Order: sequence, then structure tokens, then C-alpha cells
Amino acid sequence: MRRLLPICTAICLSTLCAAQDMHAPASAIAGEEATISTNGSGKATFYLLGPGVSRKSDVSLGSEVQLKAQDLQNAGEYFAVLCSDTCRSSSFYVTAAKPAGLTFLVHPSRVPVGQGDAVSGVALPFDQFRNLVLTPETVNFHLLEGTASVFSRSSQTRDGIAWFRTASQKSAGTLQVDASLGDLSARRAVQQVASDPCNLRIKGERTKAGILVQTEPVRDCAGNPVPDGTIVSFTATDGNGRSTVDAPIKQGVARAQLEAPGATVISVASGVAMGNELRIGAQP
Amino acid sequence: MKFTLPIILVAVTAGLMTLALFGAGHSSGTVGIAAGSAVFSTKASTPEQGLNNLLADVQRRNWDRAYSALSTTSAGDRQSFIQDWTGSDGSLRSFSSLEGFQARPLHATNDDAQMRVRLHWTTPVGPIEDVRDFHLIREANTWKVAWPKMQISSVPAQIIPVTYLRWDLVSGSGSDEWGSKNVDAPHVRIISMNAVDSAEGAVVMGEVVNEDTIPAFVNVNAALVDGAGKAIDDESSFDKIDHVLLPKQVTPYRIDFPNINLKNVKNVRMDVKATLVPASADPVIGVMNQKVVSDVQGKSILQGDLMNESGQTVNIPHVIASFYDNNGKVIWVSDGYVNRALLPQSGQPFAVEIPKSLAGKVQSFHVVVNQYSLGRS
Repeated sequence: MRRLLPICTAICLSTLCAAQDMHAPASAIAGEEATISTNGSGKATFYLLGPGVSRKSDVSLGSEVQLKAQDLQNAGEYFAVLCSDTCRSSSFYVTAAKPAGLTFLVHPSRVPVGQGDAVSGVALPFDQFRNLVLTPETVNFHLLEGTASVFSRSSQTRDGIAWFRTASQKSAGTLQVDASLGDLSARRAVQQVASDPCNLRIKGERTKAGILVQTEPVRDCAGNPVPDGTIVSFTATDGNGRSTVDAPIKQGVARAQLEAPGATVISVASGVAMGNELRIGAQP
Repeated sequence: MKFTLPIILVAVTAGLMTLALFGAGHSSGTVGIAAGSAVFSTKASTPEQGLNNLLADVQRRNWDRAYSALSTTSAGDRQSFIQDWTGSDGSLRSFSSLEGFQARPLHATNDDAQMRVRLHWTTPVGPIEDVRDFHLIREANTWKVAWPKMQISSVPAQIIPVTYLRWDLVSGSGSDEWGSKNVDAPHVRIISMNAVDSAEGAVVMGEVVNEDTIPAFVNVNAALVDGAGKAIDDESSFDKIDHVLLPKQVTPYRIDFPNINLKNVKNVRMDVKATLVPASADPVIGVMNQKVVSDVQGKSILQGDLMNESGQTVNIPHVIASFYDNNGKVIWVSDGYVNRALLPQSGQPFAVEIPKSLAGKVQSFHVVVNQYSLGRS
């Protein structure tokens, strides 16, 4: 705070006094050296203020002030102040250097198949100093299912951001999502999963231990196998009451052992999807 | 002056000690003991004394004297008698102690009597009450309990093939780049919610479904808001929910707000939180022979049998049931812990209570089984 006070004072005074002059570049590039030319003679004090930078040095008027590369690493507006008998200031803008990294956000990480506008991605180019590159750049988005290309689009960054949105595909599996800018690239994966079970069907038979009931291979409406572990609820109703088993799908099929000695009606459901009813006669 | 405070403190302490000495016997929190049941009589000249002697020995875990004092007509052996009281296989009973009891006669003649006892257990999941009938016989002028033969589950040695299904959680490795490690939280949804007043306070209940293809650890929170938009109270479902939901699984939840009346509540804010957890699809527990009946005390209960269809022991089964009216609306959620462990390929009975005021409205129900197994999270 104590150091900033004279600097601020100098900036204010510089608008009132103008005994010497300097010429700052209209713009500079982050991480590259720049020069500021000065007029006049004698000694002066030079101040540089910018994002994350505050520097003071003695300079000779009439010569060029060298701005080092490490002083200009952060993009943004900089102030140069030159003080001799009076002070003079000038501002210039440091822009990001060329892209050196690509940040790529893809959402969601899992998506049911066949959903419109369900997959989106955002790419942001950054230079080597982690400055967002605001100049328009062309980013190529590429989606692959296995080795088959399912989506491709080139998009120009606007205010440092390029994006896409697309539907999930019909088949379950991993969707590879690539973004590239020049020789930079980033890769993400979206898991496309089966949707709700469709045409849930069961079959069953009496055994010594009760009724063994199992589903046919459980698939969604697009024919994708519903993932193992998905819960299928079997309900058997007979004269003794109701019996239920929540069984997970294993190797594509859910099965359960139900105790129901009398004539029994068995129903099946998984989430919001209902299946067929099965009627099994009483134990002989 | 400087002695005033110590004198007051001593007087208050003495007063509290006197109150504790004479007041404890009338405390309603220790009903069974207060009834004089924990006092051992040298000669059991009445059925009450005979039963009290047995239960006093059980409380003190004096198994030798308890077993030797049983009627000669008792059918069980010593090991099964002890196991009946102490539990086994890491069951809830094996972590419980008999805190007290209340006995009342059902009928009595000169030579035999039937007693009904409310047993008050302290357990890690809170106090549990158990109702049990005892048959007593007079033998040589001493009343003794005739211990029935207990059905203790035993499992023959066998190999049960299990297609083991498990989800592991892998944190991304490699670069720490922004966006490179994101895995979305599971997608869960509250599919029903109902708020009612009960004798103990307001209750918010309903059901939650895991709509995702991965397991979810779920917790439901609710905040009650008054007419001015100010939060009155917020609570969570705590153990009244099956926290680990497999894909497409539905669980009931219940959130209790003790001593709060819904007439002061303008709005209920619901919040369901789901996180990705490693989980296993085993064990599978069937819920057989579910029926709404009246128990020996005239209460409406949903009873049935749990059947462990897998190859691993479930130490503490926990049953949660949602009850629906004829419109399919959830009108109550009850839960109950099962005292005995659920051994592989074997069953255990369960029962959960339905409030008397709602028993007539129950048209349907849905039961889920939460399970705690030692050595597994």
C-alpha cells in the first residue's frame, strides 16, 4: 500500500504535467519482449503496472525502455509511468500468445442412447502462460463410436470459447469426443448407456424350492442390452400373500426364486417399465 | 459470605442425591425393572416370580442358573437356550442387552400359566421392544418356565456359485487438467412425497428412484418453512431409507420432525443428494409371504419372511416398507430391524407396524431390505 501511493500519485500528476514524453506500443504479446521509447534528456524513474506485475527502474530519457518477457506474461492492460521533474503515463494491452493448451469440457459423462441435444462440449484455448486466447481460432470437434465417425464440426472460438451440442447415438458404448486446434488436441469419453427396459418378458417354472422365474434378455427399445446390475422387481401373489424379489440383471438376465405354493400370478417391473404377467398353477 | 456458595452447592447436591435414590424407582424409562422384575426370589411360589427369576438371570447373563431353573419339560438344549438370548453370527441381538421387561398373565391355573412379556432391549440402532409369550409349569411347588424347542437356522456346508457383480470407483489419473476427471453424480429422483401429522410430530415420506445405470448413495433432506419463508426445522432421512440404490431401484424414505405440527408449515423444501459409490449387487434378499395382519396385541402389522438367496451372511437385515392408499399415494413408511442374522439360503421372519389410524386405508405396500454385513461397508 505504501509503495502504491506514490505510483498512483504519479499517474494522477502525469495527466497534469508533461515535461517529457514516451511512446508505448499499441499492443504486445504475452511472454514477448517489448520496448517503450522516451524523449528528453537526463535521468527518470520508470514504473510498470500490470496484471500481477509492479516494477520500478531508473532509465535515461531519450533511450528505449526494455520490457522483459517475464514482465509481460499475463494478458491484460498495463500502465507505463515515466517520472522526471514531472510524470507522464501511457497504457498498452498485452494479448495472449498463440494457443499452447486446449481445455475441453464435455457433459455428461454418461447419457442414455437416443437423446436429442444430450451431449455438449466446450473448448477453451490457452497460451503457455494460461491466458485465455481471445483471438478467433478454429477448433475441430470429432465424435467417434469405435472407429466410426459420427459427428464432425469446425467451430471458431468467440470470446475464447468454441462449443458443440449433439444427440447421443443409438448404440450403447463409449463415445470418443476429440477437440483439436492445430497440433493441440484433447480427448474425452462419454459412456452411452441403454435406456429404460422395453418389452420386459418373463418365464417361470415350478421347482422343488418354489418358482424359478427369469427374464428374457433385457434390452431397451433400441435393442441395447440393459446394463448388468439394473434391478428387476419380481412380484408373486397367491393366497398366502405377496412375495417380492429385487434381483439385479446378471449377464443380461435377471432371475429369482419365489415361494408361492398356491396358484400364483407373477409380475415384473424395472424402474418405470412394466413387463408381462405370468400365471402358474398351484403346486401339485 | 465466602462459605455461602459451597454450602448451597453441598445442599443442592445432597438434594439431588436424595431425589435420585427415591425417585428412580418411579421412573417411566425403566419400566421393566421398576416393576420389580429384576429381583431374584429364592423360591418362585408364583408364576410371576418364576418368570422374574428367569429374566433376572438372563439380564445378568447367569446362564447356568437360568438354564438349570427351567422346567424339566423344556425341549431345547443349553446351547440353543443361550443362543436364543445372546444371538449369533454378528446379528443385532448379539450387540443387544435386555434392559427391562413387563410381564402380565394371560391365564393361570394351579399347575400352569401363560405369561406375556414385553422385553425392552438396548441395541446399537436404538431401543427395541419385543413381545414374547412364556409357558410356566408348577413343579414341586416351584414355578418354572417350560422352554420351547427353538428353530435355529443352520446351513449345510455347500458351495453357492455367484456371478459376482460389483461396481468399483476409479479416480482418473494422469494430468490434472480441468475437465479431464469429471464423472457425473448418479441421477436420482424423488418420485413421490407426502407430509402428514403423526402422534410424534410431522412426517415427510415418499419414494426415490435411481434412474441411472450406476449405484448411488442417496440421502433425502427436507426443510419445513413457515408462512414468512423462515425455516422451522430441517432433518434427514437418516436410517429410514435404503442408502445404496442400485440402478432402477426404488426405496421408501421417511423424515421425522418431532414436536412439529403441519398447521404451522407453509412449504416443504426437499433435497435429494446422490454420490457415486462402489457397490455390490449381492446379496439378493427376497421378501416372501407378505401380509397385513393383526398381531397378538391387536396391532396391524405387515409380516413376512426374508429369504437370503445369496451365499453370504447378512448380519443385520433392515426392512423398510412403504404403504399406499387406493390412489397409489404413499401414506406411511415403517421400518424395523431383524434381530437374527440372515444366513445364506435361509430365511427369517419380520414384521413392521402400521399405525392404527392408517391400517384401514392401506391398499398396497412395497418392501425393500437394507442390509448390514460385518466387514463390508
